[in-house]
Parts: sequence; C-alpha cells; structure tokens
Amino acid sequence: MVNKVLKGNGLYWGWLSLLLMIMGAGAVSYLVQFNYGLGATGMSRDVTWGIYISQFTFLVGVAAGGLMLVLPYYLHDYKAFGRITILGEFMAIAAIVMCLMFIIADLGQPMRATNVILHPSPNSMLFYDMIVLNGYLFLNVLCGTVVLHSEYKGIKYPRWIKPFIYLSIPWAISIHTVTAFLYAGLPGRHFWLTAVLAPRFLASAFAAGPALLLIIALIMQRTAGFNVGRIAKDKLVTIIGYAAIINFFLVGCELFTAYYSNMPGHMHTLDYLFFGLVDHSTGIMHNNLVPFMRAFVVMGVVGIGLLFAARRAKSDAMLATACVLIFVSFWIDKGLGLVLGGFVPSPMEHVTEYVPTVVEIGVAVGIWATGFFVLTLLYKMVVAVKRRSEDLLEIE
Amino acid sequence: MDNTRRKFLKLAGLTAAAGVGATVIGSKAMASGAPAHGAPAGHGAPAAAHGGGHGDVATGVRQAIVIDTGKFNDNPGLAEKCQQACHSYHNVPDFGNPKDEIKWIWTDKFANVFPEHSHYKKDDRISSMDIIAMCNHCENPPCVRACPTQATFKNADGAVMMDFHRCIGCRFCMAACPYGARSFNWRSPRGVDKEGHPFIEKMNPKFPSRMRGVVEKCSLCSWRTKKGLDPLCVEEANKTAADAMIFGDLNDKDSKVAKLLRSKFTIQRKPALGTKPSIFYII
Repeated sequence: MVNKVLKGNGLYWGWLSLLLMIMGAGAVSYLVQFNYGLGATGMSRDVTWGIYISQFTFLVGVAAGGLMLVLPYYLHDYKAFGRITILGEFMAIAAIVMCLMFIIADLGQPMRATNVILHPSPNSMLFYDMIVLNGYLFLNVLCGTVVLHSEYKGIKYPRWIKPFIYLSIPWAISIHTVTAFLYAGLPGRHFWLTAVLAPRFLASAFAAGPALLLIIALIMQRTAGFNVGRIAKDKLVTIIGYAAIINFFLVGCELFTAYYSNMPGHMHTLDYLFFGLVDHSTGIMHNNLVPFMRAFVVMGVVGIGLLFAARRAKSDAMLATACVLIFVSFWIDKGLGLVLGGFVPSPMEHVTEYVPTVVEIGVAVGIWATGFFVLTLLYKMVVAVKRRSEDLLEIE
Repeated sequence: MDNTRRKFLKLAGLTAAAGVGATVIGSKAMASGAPAHGAPAGHGAPAAAHGGGHGDVATGVRQAIVIDTGKFNDNPGLAEKCQQACHSYHNVPDFGNPKDEIKWIWTDKFANVFPEHSHYKKDDRISSMDIIAMCNHCENPPCVRACPTQATFKNADGAVMMDFHRCIGCRFCMAACPYGARSFNWRSPRGVDKEGHPFIEKMNPKFPSRMRGVVEKCSLCSWRTKKGLDPLCVEEANKTAADAMIFGDLNDKDSKVAKLLRSKFTIQRKPALGTKPSIFYII
C-alpha cells in the first residue's frame, strides 16, 4: 500500500519537489532562529506569541474539523461520505504534525521539550494539550491506516478498530476545547477570557477543516480523477455553511457583550482589531490588523453566500471559490487576529504591534509545506487504493 | 466556605488528572518518603505543585513589600537607583531596545501601573508620578498555574520563583501574568552588541546569568531574604528615604508591613483578578 507513493506522474513529482524546496528554505530559516534565539522573530516582550502559536491554534481546528466527516459516516452510517471519510482522518494527521512542529518552533529551549513529560504539571493546560494532541495523532494514524489497509486487501475493516474510531470522535472535540482553554483561563487577558471561546473555536474549525478538505478534493478531481460525488459535496456545503454561520453568530455575541456593556477592557482588543487603538501614553494610533479583520468579515460573509449559491448552481468552480474564501477568512480570524489581538493592549496598557520577520515567515511556510507534503503522500495512497478497489468491483 | 471550595477544587483537579497526574505526584511524594512539601529540587510548596497556588498559604509566611510612592516622588531618581541595584546584581542585560527588553523592576505612570483604577481628573502629582512596578508575588499566581514544567513555582515563604534550567521557553507564563512582570531572553544576554559592548555591563559572578530562550523575573531576592536581609531594591530605597519600601511577613501581625497595612490606606494592582498580589502601594 505504501509503495503507491512512489508511482506518480510529472505533476505529482513536480509538486513534491516544490514542497521539498520550500521545506529546505524553512529548515534554513529555523537554523538561523536556532542559532540566534527567538529574537530572530518579530515577537517582543509585549507580544510574546506570534504566527507560530497562531498557526498552531488554527491547525488544531483543521485537525478537529476531520470530525465532521468521521462522525456522519461511522455514527450515522452516512454512506455518501464513504470516499472522503479517510481524507478527513488523514488531513487530521497532517494538521497535527504541523501543530507539533509549530510548538517546537516556538520553544525558546526546544532541547528541553521533554520536561513537559519529565515534570508533569496537571495544573497547566499545556500538559493536557500535549496529551490530547499526541493521542489524537495516534488515533488517526491507527484508524486511518487500518481502515485503508483493509480496503486495500478488499475486506471490511476489523471489528476491534471500531472502539478507537468512536473514541476519536469526542477526542476531536477535546483537542480544540483544550486549545481554547489555553487562552480562556487567563485572568487579565480580557479578549480571551470568554466562555464562548471553545464553542467558537469548534464552530470555525468545523467550517475551515471541511472547507480545506473540499478544496483539496476538487483539486484531486481535476488532477487525479478522484470524484467525491455530488451528494457528498452537497452535504459538505451544509456542514461548512452552518458551522461558518455559527462562528459569525458567536463573533456577534462577543461584539454585543463588549460594546453593550461598554467595559473598556472588553472593548480594547476589539477596537484594536476592527478600528485601531490609540496608545494613551504616546497618542499613536495602532491598526495594522484592521484591514485583515475587515477582510475576515467580508470574505466570510461572501463565502457563505457563494457556498449555498454554488450548491444551487451545481458549480464546482463556485464551490471552490466559496471554500477558499471561507478558509482564508477563518485563517485570518483565528490564525492572526485571535492570538495576536489578545496581546493588545499589554498588561500595562501600552500598545505594541507585531510584524513577523522573514525568518519567522520562512519557518512557518516551511512547516505548512511539510504538512502538505505529508498530506500529499497520504492522499496519494488513498486515491490509489480507492481506484483499485473500484476497479475490482467493476470486474466483478 | 472558601476553604471547602478549595478542597473541592483540589479534589476535582486531581480527579480530572485521571490517574496520570495524580499517580505521578503521589508516587513522587511516596518515593521521597516525605510530604509533598519537600518536593524534588526544592520545587516549593504543595500549593504550587497541586492546585496552582490554591493552597493554604495564609497559615505560613507570606513575604510582602509596601511601596510608599510619595517618598519616591519626593526623591527623584530613587526608583532608578533601586533598579540599578537590582539589575546590576542579577546580571539583567540591557539590549537597548524595547523589543528584547528584560526588566525585573521598573517605573511607569499611574494610569499604566493601575489601569483599572480611575485616572479621571486625578491630581497633578499622581498624573505625573512615576510608580514602581515589579512582580507581585501573588498568592494565587496565574503564571504558576500555567507553567507546564513547574519551572515557575511558589516558595514556602510566598515568593514566586523561576528555575532557569527547567524552563522550556514556551512563554505561557508571560501570557498568563496580568502585570507584565515577566521577560524573555529573546537572544543570548551574554553576548555583545555591534560595537562590541556587552549586554551585561559588568558580570556579577555571585549570581547566574541566563541563557537565551528562558523566562526570567524578580525573585524577591529570596537568596537574601533567606538570610534575613531585605531585598536589594528595599535596601537601596531605604538608604535615601527611610521606609520608602518596607519588606516583611504579612502573616506575622507584629511585622512592620502588617502594622503599616493596618494603619495606612494601600492599594494593590488589579485586585479584581483574584491573584492577591503581595506588593502594596501607599499613594
């Protein structure tokens, strides 16, 4: 089964070579950072987490999003997802690999990472995050490979794997809940200190994850002749659409609570993200995230509209555009605004803005490339196995 | 009420740890044949190890400082002297830019040190005054709760400590601290700038310098207070203005700080957060 990744056309090898080159550039960037220290990034005393932790947070969502394909198929026996459920599980693997790499990239002393296990601290949310992320990686590797290998052999998956599949469903919820708890339990960071953070994380994850999957499926439809089927696509539209609407509803709840209560601490970060915030000790206006956050709203709303229109028009091109809009929109929301915004204003109410450096962007892009590399190999295997089993069916 | 809630939280926390955490801590305590108090490598009070500072510190020693801001206002440059005394002894580097900045004790305006107190139409003295800010050595420190390796922990005397050798540099404590008291070594503090000028002006061999990639902060001079000495900033302040800073045990009702707190009106930074800071200000 694994040997399938070694056979491919020019496009396949070209794509992998491109990814390898980006990964190489990322590795060089990381070496620069490793030798100099995290000062090679744009992070500062006031903004202590940057794009590494924000990508991590977003990608935990992408991983959890796989749930939206696993749950209907295994729990509700929704047959139309038969071809794509495995894609959801494998996307989760690639996303978690990226998450773990982003965490390591963000550590000041990566060589000491095992201290989290050597000195376990059950009072820290990071301790639980380590458990749930590695556990989820294990579950998806196990379930994904066992199910795919069974299909490769032309048999139904063994019964013993079922409990692991069922376990992976609540586990997917747990990874994003614990990740939200990293933020939502900190006193003095008003923007994060909200009970709807975990629900909001889940809502945006259940939109962004399946949206990415649908984009990739549509690409594979053109490049590899892998068709997920009209029924599955239509169902995914429902899932992505409603999850995206719920995310916006929760954003609206945040806006209401902050602005109707009129409490300065609750309004500051939202002001910074959507309108800009003046540092009262210098009088300088800071607003470098404003265009991004406004784009998040516009792209998200347009994307949702286009998504349902695409289903009505049965247009794959429209569908792909809608998914890209929603994915990018929610990446801005969670992969930029949520983490970076939380640090503004600082605990002493100064405004320090953050701009990533070239080195930092190099590392981040390198990690994304690694994720796509893993994803490409896994999906190559899936396509090969699915084609083979369908060919066998035709012969019968 | 408070006590039963604590007990419940502890119990709930341990149950949630579902064997993993609980057994590890349990076996640690058993292996050392001592109560968790003598946890490995001096890693502090059981409060820190278990419930993240939800422990019963009130029965033990709780070190605190009272800062008389008026005396600092009457003696311009005094706060800088305190900072100098602290930073030079503790090998705190000066990178010359705010991005890499490391500071253990510093000053800022009233509106910044106390952003949640009203600074509307305050008198000219308060609006212009520079006020000392430092780690609050909270009774319920959010940083200790957040730390995934117990590299930051609470001493039995109430000081919140850092183990520079265990810290993995995840900076979760910096996100957790509501007072901006923590600094990170974004680059090696032992290096030199472009002109060959060292970041640590004069290395003090009596105190360890840090390596890059770890968090650091004020340790309430625990290496001095153990010997019965005042923290460096307190000693320095009182050389110029008697009782500008007063150090002592809050829980000893005969201590100077305890008496002062009974007789003067003082404020703490961000009291609404429930962190219970140990630094008090006479404004």
